[in-house]
Amino acid sequence: MAASAAVRSAVSLTQRFVRVSPDCSICPLYRLNACTGATDGFTAPSRRLRTSIGVWQSGDSSSPEEEERVVNVVYIDRCGQRIPVQARAGENALHLAHKHGVDLEGACEASLACSTCHVYVSSEHYEKLPEPEEREDDMLDMAPMLQENSRLGCQIVLTPELDGMELTLPKVTRNFYVDGHVPKPH
Amino acid sequence: MSYNKKHVSVTLPGVRGLSSSSGPRVCIVGGGPAGFYTAQQLLKVGDAAVDVYERLPVPFGLVRFGVAPDHPEVKNVINTFTQTAQHERCSFHGNVNVGKDVTIDELRQAYHAVVLSYGAEGNRSMGISGEDLPGVFSAKDFVGWYNGLPSNKELRPDLSCETAVILGQGNVALDVARILLAPVEMLKETDITQNALEALAGSKVRRVLIVGRRGPLQIACTIKELREMVNLPNTRADMLPADFEGIAEALKDLPRPRKRLTELMMKAAKEGGDDKAEKCWGFRFFRSPVEVIAGADGKRATGIRLALNKLEGSGESARAEVTGQLEDVDCGLIISSIGYKSIPIDPAVPFDPRRAIVPNEMGRVQDTAGLYCSGWVKRGPTGVIATTMNDSFDTARVLIQDMEAGKLDLSVNKPGAQAITALLQTRGVRTVLFSHWEKINAEEEKRGKFLGKPREKLLDVDEMLKILGRLLI
Repeated sequence: MAASAAVRSAVSLTQRFVRVSPDCSICPLYRLNACTGATDGFTAPSRRLRTSIGVWQSGDSSSPEEEERVVNVVYIDRCGQRIPVQARAGENALHLAHKHGVDLEGACEASLACSTCHVYVSSEHYEKLPEPEEREDDMLDMAPMLQENSRLGCQIVLTPELDGMELTLPKVTRNFYVDGHVPKPH
Repeated sequence: MSYNKKHVSVTLPGVRGLSSSSGPRVCIVGGGPAGFYTAQQLLKVGDAAVDVYERLPVPFGLVRFGVAPDHPEVKNVINTFTQTAQHERCSFHGNVNVGKDVTIDELRQAYHAVVLSYGAEGNRSMGISGEDLPGVFSAKDFVGWYNGLPSNKELRPDLSCETAVILGQGNVALDVARILLAPVEMLKETDITQNALEALAGSKVRRVLIVGRRGPLQIACTIKELREMVNLPNTRADMLPADFEGIAEALKDLPRPRKRLTELMMKAAKEGGDDKAEKCWGFRFFRSPVEVIAGADGKRATGIRLALNKLEGSGESARAEVTGQLEDVDCGLIISSIGYKSIPIDPAVPFDPRRAIVPNEMGRVQDTAGLYCSGWVKRGPTGVIATTMNDSFDTARVLIQDMEAGKLDLSVNKPGAQAITALLQTRGVRTVLFSHWEKINAEEEKRGKFLGKPREKLLDVDEMLKILGRLLI
């Protein structure tokens, strides 16, 4: 990460940089020893930040390799609202959800110690995901309303072949707006 | 009890969101997962100000005092709760005993809505003779002891016997078994209390039996905890083949979670493990405790008498029926892990003593407008953090619905924490704020570092308050 460190000291965007710095310890790539250390494994939430730092592979540059690494994902939240987002290959579905304000909890912070990031994966994309490890299956067993296409969001790492994937948040509540009440947007 | 209205307008240091907040004021009783998850949801929607009251000076309830020391990832949720507590419209008030220092009626006068999230601090008793003998503990107290709950710091369990028997087969029972048998080298890097660590280092317990009334297909634990038992170093599994008759045939019809759990159990029962292992553990099924056997001097437990059962029916609703046969097991440590239990904390609140919960309809307390409940005190003491999370979100949504539907009179101005803190002051109660907890937290981490642990918990409420010294109002 020497390039990023050099950039950080060179520009006064250090403050914002520190805030958006990735926490490697909670990234499944790091935990699975699959992290390449490449900086394009994480994205800054501000497009302005991305484009003003030349060293980062910015989403604004339209090289063919760049476009290949964009993965379109649609979250369907608990109200049924569709939230389309653009991700980069290598991101995980839980962090992506948080970045875009999707209501997916991650109580244990991606350490396979809870089931709060439980999502349903669109069937054609479910097949393309790698098999869950035993620990993920153990946690999924505790999730309410488990289905065939259930996975933990924190274990879904985005790849180009998952483009178009839809992740639905389970309606786990028993008394979820039973009278058809529509919540005010917030 | 009336308070001097002049004090109401005084701005108290450290209490956020006083005169500035124009939204509804909500009070949450209980600073554990249910309280914090309910607060989180309420803060997200609209402009409510939320005050969380907690009896101990320290927050987080069972996440701090219940989750096993060797499950630190489960405690990551504390970061979420910390964010909630630090929200500008949220304030934490620790060291406040609701029901004793302040009544529910007083809270209802000061807030537009009150949510009861105080969990289950009591214990289901086995109801057998000898239950009060030395050597017999509730799992709630044993867990509280190794997790530093102040009221359990004097427990001093005698670990000089070879066999321990645990009644109950849920995750708490398995946590206790695992902590009794885990290698000390592993435990000493966790946040287990130093006195428990030292006691376990000198423990002579080598065999732990985990006893349940019904059969393998009714066991209440989950697969993660079972796997941890199976993988314990220097430990083998020791079960009775007779307990597993007919189980293999039933496998194919089981739903996935039950099937995976049962398969792992059968594998452990069949394979046993390393014969050279110095320690062993095992499930014993179809057995209910009927009497704790005292030694010759009658002064402590030396065994337990179990009644053998047969199963009527199948699946989750199968019932244990007595057969008349009895079995005695020699043991010096008996831990009853048959459930926590909520207790009533204020006579003004309806309470169902049979189910030991606050009677409610979807989180709305029966016959009491403006009073809600979430978590174990609402549903009963079962489920993991995720269950409580969903439940708390449910209650928060119902409360928000009621506010939006005009079921609560939000036009009337409520003083909220201003009034309550002033009241508590006149009663000599020292409120501990979240920033104060952060100082206790820093002190615990500092002490832990010295010992090579993430933290060394303070065990004494007075010591916590002393450390906060003149910071307290």
